[in-house]
Amino acid sequence: MPEYTLKIRRYSPETGDAAYWEEFKVDLEGHRSVLEGILSARATTDGSIGIRCSCRAAICGSCAVRINGKADLACHHHLDHAAAESPDGNTITVEPMGNMPIIKDLIVDMDAVHWKKIQRVTPWLLPEGPEPEREYIVPHENMVDVTQTMACIQCGACVSDCLSMEVDPLFIGPAALAKAYRFVGDPRDGQQYERLKDLAEDPHGIYDCTHCFMCIEACPKGVAPMSQIMRLRRVAGSDQKINDRNNGYRHEKAFVKNIEKYGTLHEANLLPDSYGGKFHPRAIPVLAGSLPAIVPALLRGKVTPAKALHHHKLPDQKQIRAIYDTVEGRDSRNELNLYIEGYEDEPVLKAAGEEERGPHS
Amino acid sequence: MPAHDVLIIGAGLAGQRAALAAAEEGATVAIMSKVHPVRSHSNAAAGGINAALNPEDSWESHAFDTVKGSDYLGDQDAIEIMCREAPEEILWLEHRGVTFHRNAQGRLGTRAFGGASAARTYYVADITGQALLHVLYEQLMKFHEQIDRYEEWFTTRLLVGEDGSCIGAIARDIRSGQMEVFTAKNVILATGGAGQAWQPTTNALICTGDGIAQAYDIGAPLMDMEMVQYHPTTLAENGFLITEGARGEGAHLYNALGERFMEKYAPNKMELASRDVVSRAEQTEINEGRGFPGGTIALDITMVPKKRILEALREIVNIGRDFAGVDITKEPIMIRPGQHYIMGGVKTDIDGQTPITGLYAAGECACISVHGGNRLGANSLLDTLIFGRRSGEHAAKRAAGIAMPVVASGQISEEQSFIDNIIARERSGRRVSEIKNELGEMMNKDVAVYRDAAGLANAHEVIGRLKEEAKTSYIDDRGTVFNQDVLGAIELDYMLTCAEATVLSAIERKESRGAQFRTDFPARDDAQWLKHITVSRNGGQEPEVDYAPVTMTQWEPEERTY
Ligand SMILES: Cc1cc2nc3c(=O)[nH]c(=O)nc-3n(C[C@H](O)[C@H](O)[C@H](O)COP(=O)(O)OP(=O)(O)OC[C@H]3O[C@@H](n4cnc5c(N)ncnc54)[C@H](O)[C@@H]3O)c2cc1C
Ligand code: SF4
Ligand code: SF4
Ligand code: FES
Repeated sequence: MPEYTLKIRRYSPETGDAAYWEEFKVDLEGHRSVLEGILSARATTDGSIGIRCSCRAAICGSCAVRINGKADLACHHHLDHAAAESPDGNTITVEPMGNMPIIKDLIVDMDAVHWKKIQRVTPWLLPEGPEPEREYIVPHENMVDVTQTMACIQCGACVSDCLSMEVDPLFIGPAALAKAYRFVGDPRDGQQYERLKDLAEDPHGIYDCTHCFMCIEACPKGVAPMSQIMRLRRVAGSDQKINDRNNGYRHEKAFVKNIEKYGTLHEANLLPDSYGGKFHPRAIPVLAGSLPAIVPALLRGKVTPAKALHHHKLPDQKQIRAIYDTVEGRDSRNELNLYIEGYEDEPVLKAAGEEERGPHS
Repeated sequence: MPAHDVLIIGAGLAGQRAALAAAEEGATVAIMSKVHPVRSHSNAAAGGINAALNPEDSWESHAFDTVKGSDYLGDQDAIEIMCREAPEEILWLEHRGVTFHRNAQGRLGTRAFGGASAARTYYVADITGQALLHVLYEQLMKFHEQIDRYEEWFTTRLLVGEDGSCIGAIARDIRSGQMEVFTAKNVILATGGAGQAWQPTTNALICTGDGIAQAYDIGAPLMDMEMVQYHPTTLAENGFLITEGARGEGAHLYNALGERFMEKYAPNKMELASRDVVSRAEQTEINEGRGFPGGTIALDITMVPKKRILEALREIVNIGRDFAGVDITKEPIMIRPGQHYIMGGVKTDIDGQTPITGLYAAGECACISVHGGNRLGANSLLDTLIFGRRSGEHAAKRAAGIAMPVVASGQISEEQSFIDNIIARERSGRRVSEIKNELGEMMNKDVAVYRDAAGLANAHEVIGRLKEEAKTSYIDDRGTVFNQDVLGAIELDYMLTCAEATVLSAIERKESRGAQFRTDFPARDDAQWLKHITVSRNGGQEPEVDYAPVTMTQWEPEERTY
């Protein structure tokens, strides 16, 4: 069996010593998880290594850490992958998540940050009117839609790596805003306007996100918090016509327009456009749906496999136009939703509910 | 010193539902969990939750399926209550915000599950347990003024008053290492299962039978402990679960000869027969040499449309990909039966009351018994919610009429020194982790799908030895903050208690019923064994075996075929 080196960040609040690195060798198959590596070191060498864990299967959300500098669930990261990503191809560094105070070793204080922010978004359903005798009648697509945010296991990986939060610790943040969408997108909730107004007007709310994509990359469950934030903005701006005092909505309109016009972000024009200029409301969903694929490509000067870009090296004006046309031409709003559309690499965006359901539904 | 009308230990579905119900009745409530509530193992439940909510379905049909599934060991009064109250509970959950799957009309939609005569399983994609747990937690946050949450607190012992009633518990704040006494008029145990006593298991690392052992320690009887469910489809390599939802959606099982072997064992229900039946069929195929290398069976789901798989079984697509390197939409995946659920637990009545005054139990740690010899898929979530709620309501009402008990002083220092002694143990004995592994591997060999007298005798002997070794087993962590190591040592004792009760009951039951299949007594024997087996200390140190009658209402035992 191959041998891997786990370089673990250790810290005990009781000794008075500063944090330090400690290396452990583990003999395990490469497709075993980093968590299994840590647990094997704990079982055979040092039982005092602190890490929260329970399910071992990426379900309970306990074991998020930073592996080679990036947040992920330790149980969801193969040893061979982690080793391959490491600088020397073998030494896997494991450290606690960022943006949260460390309690011991790999254990951080999620209450102080993550859960506090979750509580900030009034995280329970607020239905209006009397309860129906039977169930609420809700379109299948809406339920599937919010199920993407229900898939959040509150692991905190996105919070750990959020760049805005690093700069502004008061930012409500990716996980809590994804949680907010779970209610905003739920037709049973009666407080859509109030929720959105609150989140739009909070200077640390939905317009505080800088679209850095870190949360999408970090999230092990495909929740895509940034996309949920974009959808919150769209519903706030286009549907509820909430003009927040931070001018975030206008800025976003200009952002979309800017890309449509120049094919890439034209910083010089972005600011003026934020305060005026024409706008097509149907373009907003473009961002919500296509950003994960397009913007990193644009920012890094290369294109990821979004079908609309036809795998060309650099986007040209026509391709950008094509994306806008495709999205604007749709009858129904399409969102990035893994429950509806499958994997990112699957070619076609399909609307929900257009095919036969399974035999038993 | 915190004092509450109702103290709930465990914040899975059973515990959280109990907390909400007790608070609704106006009681002061504390809920305690050794992990953050949303990390509880209930979140692993993928498949769904049963209820006869459809107008064409009936609770009687659900109840009959459950009785039959239990191999007639389930108590029919409790089963009737569970099935009758199920539809109301689903609606309660729906109204609180659970994002249940909808049909084309926007109404609640269902899927088929094993052992059921109608498609009556309600679900949220394949994250049903997670969705329920997170929605209940939303409600706990909403009612934070009525419900005190003690998150990452580990209960180490239940407290008993002079009259023998349960009056609270001692717990350790994992984060600071501080011990605290919690006084309560009633304690509800909702600490979940004990699957970690087997290796491998579908259960999470926290499922160590804590509450069951703690109740046993203060004299509560454990019932049906021999009934241990092996789930038919667990990943060969690490025991992870492939939900029954897969078969509900139409997946098939094949042996190495390419035969859909369930034709031989359950010609009508095929893959959707009861779990004990399917697990035994697989084990027989494997034992008789028709398995794949390594003793496995192929689960093939490729005939289900890909879109449907992605929509309804996304989690197992991920599990296949991440933990077995298999794309289940394209190829079969190798599985085998694996330890999954314990039907047994602390004996309770239909309101969750144990024979010890003031002590309740609900969820997987309790035995009412609604599952009898074998639990039907998607009935466990229902059990946690119905009897969690009933316990919470009953405890709240009981609290209204009694005074707050007084806990004798000196409890904390006693418990503190118990823990300090573990931390200070010399490194002369075995490692805790070693003993745990030996226990788990042995249980999976001798107390599994097929059992016999020789294997069970060996199991009994091994457990006796491990109990001795556990007394001197050592740990590494000498600290107080987040000392998970010392909690592991305490959990080992709990697992050994549960394993011992399981083995004693399995030795006692000299017949085959439900999940207990004795190769030396292969037939069901209603004349002698249509009764529960209980294990309790009866005031002494050694476990004593006893019996309890099975409650029958309207269903006489019949031969069980699928
Ligand atoms: C992989 C898997 C899939 C499943 N799928 C389904 C399904 O589809 N349908 C279905 O009906 N059932 C299913 N089950 C079974 C079902 O999930 C469980 O039986 C049920 O969720 C148990 O719930 P619970 O509330 O009793 O306990 P748990 O959810 O296990 O909660 C136990 C709680 O007790 C706490 N606790 C334990 N010990 C202590 C202590 N010493 N101090 C303080 N707190 C403590 C824990 O922290 C936790 O909060 C599945 C089980 C597994 C393993
Ligand atoms: S995209 Fe926004 S929310 Fe997500 S990590 Fe970046 S700044 Fe934070
Ligand atoms: S959104 Fe994703 S990364 Fe963030 S807490 Fe939820 S599951 Fe974790
Ligand atoms: S251990 Fe549960 S998410 Fe990793």
